[in-house]
Order: sequence, then structure tokens, then C-alpha cells
Amino acid sequence: MSGFFSALFSALDPLCGPVGLFSLFGSGSLVACGEAGWGDEIAFGVKVTITLALATLPVGLVIGFLIALAAQSEDKLLRLAAGIYTTIFRGLPELLTLFIVYYGMQILIQAVLASFGYDGRVEINAFFAGMAALAVVFSSYSSEVMLSAFRAIPRGQYEAGDALGLRRWRTMLLVILPQLIRIALPGLTNLWLILLKDTSYVSVIGLADILRQTGIAARVSKEAFFFYGIACLLYLILAMISSVGLGFVERWAKRSEGHR
Amino acid sequence: MSYVRELIPPRAPPALLEKPLAPARIAGIVVLVVWAALAIALAFMMINGWDEDKFQRYGPRYLHGLWTTISLVGLSVILGAVLSAPIAFARMSRNKALNAIAYAYVYVFRSTPLLAQLFLIYYGLGSFRPQLESVGLWWFFREAWYCGLFSLTLNTAAYQAEILRGAIESVPRGQHEGAAALGLSKRNAFRKVILPQALIVALRPYGNEIVLLIKGSAVVAIVTVYDLMGETRYAFSRTFDYQSYLWAAIFYLAIVEALRHLWAFIEARLTRHLKR
Repeated sequence: MSGFFSALFSALDPLCGPVGLFSLFGSGSLVACGEAGWGDEIAFGVKVTITLALATLPVGLVIGFLIALAAQSEDKLLRLAAGIYTTIFRGLPELLTLFIVYYGMQILIQAVLASFGYDGRVEINAFFAGMAALAVVFSSYSSEVMLSAFRAIPRGQYEAGDALGLRRWRTMLLVILPQLIRIALPGLTNLWLILLKDTSYVSVIGLADILRQTGIAARVSKEAFFFYGIACLLYLILAMISSVGLGFVERWAKRSEGHR
Repeated sequence: MSYVRELIPPRAPPALLEKPLAPARIAGIVVLVVWAALAIALAFMMINGWDEDKFQRYGPRYLHGLWTTISLVGLSVILGAVLSAPIAFARMSRNKALNAIAYAYVYVFRSTPLLAQLFLIYYGLGSFRPQLESVGLWWFFREAWYCGLFSLTLNTAAYQAEILRGAIESVPRGQHEGAAALGLSKRNAFRKVILPQALIVALRPYGNEIVLLIKGSAVVAIVTVYDLMGETRYAFSRTFDYQSYLWAAIFYLAIVEALRHLWAFIEARLTRHLKR
């Protein structure tokens, strides 16, 4: 079964599959697939970029939702704690956050292992570190979006939930969350596009994403303009595809609002 | 005739209920304790790892990096503002070709990463060295600092053009008509009526854009510009001391927070006639 799926995916590969862009137009050139060119390496980079963004999205959304819940709670201390989180991670450059998470986790794990008596060098997974850093940044921005969405939902909705005898978390799940998603969606769409661009930073800590793969190709082949141009083009295409896709999602979310 | 002879004596208020410890409060305390622990660990790390020698060696470099970052961002914000005006007007013009070009510019620069743009300009244009030398532009594209400035300017121009366009279009139609009814020429109407109102709308997004640019400017460190991030990377590569990143974090947070508060103050000051 998995063999069938992998065969299906490689057949539908938009870059290096049988009907892929690079295989159709790039054969014989620098971006040919296989040993002759850099097509398959770049296609791998595209896959890594998309995987990283898609893996970060749910984590960032969940953390962002929790932070937004904390930021709009009635408890002062909880609001303060959430405020510190968003202030720090919205104020730091994404690149610096990435380095702090990457080296900080390495030092932390090393210290923990050293206390157990293990004394070797620890290399942390770049994908995981990138995901953690991007999720932290994404969540601090998305919490702001969700917070303003929370404020747009009138109190009466909570009171109606109470009047119906729903428990608090059922009110949240059945009444508030569907409205929250609809209100927050445009802001979250923007944040997704920003996340897609921010994945390029992980190339600095050595993860083989689009920019790193094209960078290697540029250095080896001495065709920097061509390859970095391709990198920009690929990011552009990803952004276009996601804005078309998110347009569908937005229409789907708005379907209950009726035609105006 | 009957009336009440004796008033009912006032009753004592109900006893205050002991407020139970809400889960929200517990969560707040726990998270705050975590933050405090992190802050103490940070302070401990800095005091414990304090090294006069490193401070002497890297302190001035950090300040120099800070100055590089600030000058880079300041210059690119100003140059970007200059460049954004024609783009915004092209975007609002009725000429289809002009509109399409401006739209394409904005779309491309807003949906590709700044890092890729920087690489394209610094490494990519570097491969056209003979051509650039023949036009006499090589001195510009040879320097990483100029390339950083160039790409930051192009990038922020795209964002600022959208801010400017949105702000100008947010001014209601009646304002144009009112100015026309007063006999103001188009130019004067724009200068004296439309633009002041538009810039007030644009104030907050401009502040956000400057903050984003300060954060974005850290990428120039990767093409060997010694800005704050570059000096940090240099210090870390020499000392392998994790503190170098923490100092950079403190510097960046300080700049961004100072700018945010300054901007909030400016905005409150400039919009005080709009408060009701």
C-alpha cells in the first residue's frame, strides 16, 4: 500500500515527476533531474520547505490559541504571563530566535545529559529546531490575531451557551470556536504566507530547504543569478498556490453567512 | 388605617465566600514562575559568565553593530519611502500597463523571502561582474553593505507602497469632492486635504513596517555585513559563548520596544484632535 502511494506521489511530483516542470522543460539544462542537473535536489528542497511549514502550522496555531485564551482571561497574572511571551517573541528577529532555540536547546540537552554522566557532543536536529523556533514566532503573532477575534465575539454568545446549559469547554468548542475561525481567517492567511517566507531562515542552520539547495547549486555551478532566481520563483509559486487554496478555505468558512 | 410600626431590622450581609483558587490563576502563577526562573537563569548566566576580557573585546563591536543596524534600517526606510510613492501612484493609476507593473513589483517582493532577495542581489548580481564594471556600478554591488541596503530598500518599498495606497484610498470620496467644490486645484487638494488625512491612517502601519524591517535587517549578517546580528555571530564563532546571543536579544528587544512606545506616543500626540 505504501509502495502504491509513493509511486503515486512520484508520478504526480510537480517538479521532477514524469509530467514535472523540470523534467519537461529542464532536460539537458542545469535544472535537469537526476545526475545531470540540480532539478531533483531543488525538488527535495521544495518538499522540505513545504513539510516544515505544514508541520509548524498546527503547533503554532494550538500554542497561539492557548496564548490568546490566556491573554483574554480575567486573571491578571495569566494576562501578564501571556503578554511577556508575545512581547519577547514579537520583538526578536526570527533569525535570532532560530539561533537561540538551536544553540539553546543544544546546551540545555547537553547540560541535562552531563548531569546523567554522558559527556559527548549533542547535535540537535535542524528540522526540529527550525520547527520549534518558527512555531514560537508564529504562535505569538497568531495569538494577537485570535485575541482580536475573541474581542469581536459578543459576550451574549457565552451567555447564550450558559443559558443552554452547555459546559464552558462545550461552549468554546461549539459556539465560540467556529465564529473565531471565521473572523481570524484573513489574519491567519497572512500569517501563513509570512510563515512560508520565514522557513527560508532554516537554511542558515543547515536544513536542506529551497534556499540551501539552490545556494549549493549556485556555488557549484557558478550560476548564482539563475539559481537564486529559481528560488525566488519557487517561493512565489508556493505563495500563489497557497493564496488560491486559502481563498477556497475562506469561501468555505463564509458559506453560512449567506449571500449579500 | 394600618401602617408598619416596627421596621424590620437590617440584616447582616451574607458572609463573603472564600474565593476558590481558579485554574486560570494557578496557570498564571505557574507560567509566571517559569518566566521568573528563566529570567533568574539568564541573570545568573550573565553574572556567572561575566568576562572582563570579552567585554573589552566585543563590547565596542556590539555597539558598532548596533549603529550599523540602525543606520541601515533608517536609510532603507527613508529611501523606501521615496521609492514607494511612485509605486503607490502607479498602482492607483488608470493606466493598465503601469498598474500591472506596480502590482507585479509589489506582489513579487511581498511574497518572496527577504533572504532570497538578498542572495539574488548579492551573489546573483555578482555573477554579472563584467557587465556591471562596464556600466560603472560594480563598486556598489561589490560591497555587502550596499547590497543589504539595496535589498532592504526594495523590499520595504513594496510594503510601504501598499500602506500608502491603502491610506490614500481610505480617505472618503467626499473629501475630494469638497476640495473640488472649494475650487482647490488637484495638486493643492492632494497636498492640503488628502495627504494629511491619509498619513494619519498610515501612521500605525508605518510603525509596524519599521519594526518588521529592524527584525528583517538581521538577515544581512548572512552576507557578511557586521550589523548587530553579524557581530553576534562573529563573537559566537570566536568564543562559543551562548551569552553572545542573549546580549543580541536584549539589544533587539530594547530597540523594538523603545520604537513601539515612541510610536504609540507620536500617534497619541498626532491624533489628539480626533479623540472624542
